[in-house]
Amino acid sequence: MRHFFRRKSSCQIAKDRLKILLISDRVNCSPEIMELIKTDIAKVLSKYMKIDSENMEIQINTKGSKSGRGKMPSLYANIPIMDVSAQDVAK
Amino acid sequence: MEKQFSPEKKGSEVIVVTSGKGGVGKTTTTANVGTGLAKLGKKVCLIDTDIGLRNLDVVMGLENRIVYNLVDVVEGNCRVKQALIRDKRHPGLYLMPSAQTRDKTAVSPGQMVKVIEHLKEQFDYVILDCPAGIEQGFQNAIAGANRALVVTTPEVSAIRDADRIIGLLEANGFKQMDLIINRLRMDMVRRGDMMSANDVVDILAIPLIGVIPDDESVVVATNQGEPLVGSSSPAGQAYANVVHRVEGREVPYLNFDRGISFWTRVTGIFHKA
Repeated sequence: MRHFFRRKSSCQIAKDRLKILLISDRVNCSPEIMELIKTDIAKVLSKYMKIDSENMEIQINTKGSKSGRGKMPSLYANIPIMDVSAQDVAK
Repeated sequence: MEKQFSPEKKGSEVIVVTSGKGGVGKTTTTANVGTGLAKLGKKVCLIDTDIGLRNLDVVMGLENRIVYNLVDVVEGNCRVKQALIRDKRHPGLYLMPSAQTRDKTAVSPGQMVKVIEHLKEQFDYVILDCPAGIEQGFQNAIAGANRALVVTTPEVSAIRDADRIIGLLEANGFKQMDLIINRLRMDMVRRGDMMSANDVVDILAIPLIGVIPDDESVVVATNQGEPLVGSSSPAGQAYANVVHRVEGREVPYLNFDRGISFWTRVTGIFHKA
């Protein structure tokens, strides 16, 4: 009866693990590099607007456009803007 | 290293059987697809490119007839023809064994291309059994090929390696790559403990060319040194279908869902929850 309480099948777990694994394999991008990309994006954007770099997040997933072998990975960034009009920072 | 596909020589295809991970069934697949094509009357040459760890000769049951090998050909110790072992059971089927006492550096990709160019003139199909890994042995095996069969099992590690291999084949200009899913167990798929063929195809995103069920008769066939393609066993039939698909014919996929008992169905319901 314990099967009733098992939440995920091992097949589903395998698929979920592979999805994450293959994205990082294909992109060949370590967490350290991701962190560097993140700080660089924050640096560039903060020239034009005030962003909340503490709460920004970036990730690479395969929801992107279909080309080549089915799915092309794409970079998604979620960057909260605190003040759009802060353009004076740029100059 | 862009691979060109010459349409005027339609019959002459050079296929590399590869997987990345070891032990998923490359050699078994090479032996069965090659034997199956020979049974259809094609002229087939199998090449074992795993230098130092040759296996295709034993799976084919030809281990006692080796005189010269691939390294001898490359080093000019013999002519290409002398290293080819004719399989007496199937007219048109030949094996070029690999060297057991040498290592992968004994052959270069350029030398492989030369040997294959020579063989292409005489054979409809040249099928290369690729070693595991992505080092020089892999580079040698893919150098002269224009088509790949990627073998995987429905396991996380094998799929991960297959994905890496597909990436490398793409980077080397391969246009035609087909997937063989080996050792599928329908009973486990049914209770949600194994990825289905569709799951694997979704993840790897290359065309499927065959699903081989997990079948004891593969072990028996290897013991006997006689590929089981075309036999009445589930794996034998599945391999026969792969052979037809390699030839470009459309064959429906087998249903391995035979003989499910009432009890399996009942326990299956509980497992799904």
